[in-house]
Amino acid sequence: MEREKVIEVKELTKKYGDFYATNAITFDVYKGEIFGFLGANGAGKTTAMRMLCGLSKPSSGQATVAGFDVFHNPDDIKRNIGYMSQKFSLYEDLTVKENIRFYSGIYGLSSKQIIEKTTSLLSKLHLEEEKNTLVKSLPLGWKQKLAFSIAIVHNPAIVFLDEPTGGVDPITRREFWEMIYEASARGTTIFVTTHYMDEAEYCNRVSIMVDGCIEALDTPINLKKQFNAKTMDDVFLMLARKAKRQAD
Amino acid sequence: MKQFLVFVRKEWSHIWRDPKTLFILFGMPIVQITIFGFALTNEVKNAQIAIVDPSKDVSTTALINRIEASRYFEVKDYVTSYNEIEEKFKEGKIKIAIVLPQDFNATLAHTNTAQIQIIADASDPNTATVLTNYASAIIQDWQTDLNKKKKLPYTITSELRMLYNPELKGAFNFVPGVMAMVLMLVSTLMTSIAIVREKELGMMEVLLVSPLKPIIIILAKTIPYLLLSLVNIISILLLSVFALELPIAGSLPLLIGLSLLFTITSLSLGLLISSVTNSQQVAMLISLMGLFLPTLMLSGFMFPIENMPLPLRILSNAVPAKWYYFIVKAVMIKGLGLKAIWKETSILIGMTVFLLVVSIKKYNVRLS
Repeated sequence: MEREKVIEVKELTKKYGDFYATNAITFDVYKGEIFGFLGANGAGKTTAMRMLCGLSKPSSGQATVAGFDVFHNPDDIKRNIGYMSQKFSLYEDLTVKENIRFYSGIYGLSSKQIIEKTTSLLSKLHLEEEKNTLVKSLPLGWKQKLAFSIAIVHNPAIVFLDEPTGGVDPITRREFWEMIYEASARGTTIFVTTHYMDEAEYCNRVSIMVDGCIEALDTPINLKKQFNAKTMDDVFLMLARKAKRQAD
Repeated sequence: MKQFLVFVRKEWSHIWRDPKTLFILFGMPIVQITIFGFALTNEVKNAQIAIVDPSKDVSTTALINRIEASRYFEVKDYVTSYNEIEEKFKEGKIKIAIVLPQDFNATLAHTNTAQIQIIADASDPNTATVLTNYASAIIQDWQTDLNKKKKLPYTITSELRMLYNPELKGAFNFVPGVMAMVLMLVSTLMTSIAIVREKELGMMEVLLVSPLKPIIIILAKTIPYLLLSLVNIISILLLSVFALELPIAGSLPLLIGLSLLFTITSLSLGLLISSVTNSQQVAMLISLMGLFLPTLMLSGFMFPIENMPLPLRILSNAVPAKWYYFIVKAVMIKGLGLKAIWKETSILIGMTVFLLVVSIKKYNVRLS
């Protein structure tokens, strides 16, 4: 059975003057897949992700996200994706409840939906007691889970996670990945960048970018076979060492 | 619309939860009006004066009574010798002294001339000038009254009328100045910081990925400050009418309308600043050094622009506060209508449109 593609990228290029931030990258991401998007700093990950989120116009190539073209329908894309940055994207001086309400509101949920979502989210995260607590006094792990739940509050087709687990302890990271699996099982596609190679192993498929190009793209098992390596860490190092660009 | 309201609500929460912001927003206007209104004033009232009056006759008593009656002087001491005066000046007990000669009345009656010496402490030249002027005026007044009883070949009396501000109150000058300063500070500084904070925290990215249109983000960020500025305008006006007894001569709706226009000018400046910087510190520095100081120096509020060298006079035209200051003075104090200030108003409108276009363009550039 042909799997449904939710992200299709062909020869996507972004040029800044003479500098190719991404150089003709091509890949597809399937529905419900957990897609790891790896690369050293400065390899072009962020640029690629910004283009897919409709934040930045590509110089050339083609890409559709959730069925919409990145050149012509960036607004439709924005409505159908979720986004969580490494800074967790929560307002520290707002309460848990206010954060949920704000993000549900800007994604256009109705007042009734917002109330329902808030209740179900709070109970799922066991945060009922903390609903009126300012986010700044929550532990990091809770913030992270809250941020992820908020990023998918409007049931997006795809959620983009930009290094979502920075600075979090391994147990919390493990719990976080369970949330990711759950969302993926419900059919949400997960597009995740990370620096942790053990996390790369959790992904269904992984792409590794070096100097603006995708150097490798396959399941973690196949990649390890292909590069004759024991861990994803070794695979990544082998590829990243070829980089000529300086990390920024 | 719903997105917009949700956003504005969030902005309110930010503002209400930050004591520093609240202080700048509401404390500052009140503090400034109070400081300028009651403490910092170039009017001289109740200056300590010493009088040497060896003759103590009808004429000197009449003159001293007049001096005592004026609200500018408070007779501190009757001293007898010149040396004593010097001591008092050295101790800083008096600001001015008047020395009347021996046999004042007799000399005046017989020779029709008399001499009075006025000595002032000129370590503060402004006060000294003001005080000697007041004292001479009182003496002059007295002389005019004396002359009325006699027939003189020529008498020229000059009638002074201080238009718009008969009591020469300092408030007439600084209330418009403080309004310009407060609105500039609240609108420019607070908006630029509020937007740059989103960038600094990495929130801008998240907001831009959301379906919110950039224009909605910009509007939602600025509307709360526009409303707060309105509150500030009204509280400054209330303070100046009721606490400083400064009447509003012109149309109140016109004054408020034009103040809102200036607020929008300042908000767009804030937007422009926030589009060129990424850190709150830099935004604050630009707002303070780049805007607050010129507003203070070049708006005509502190120093008269006419006396400045040509380059500064030209530069002052680029300061929006200069035009607003002129408008407020015209409407609030002189009671003029839109007809008298259409030129200044159109300059402000032009500046606003220019700043808005540039800053919105900058935002769009950032996006692509």
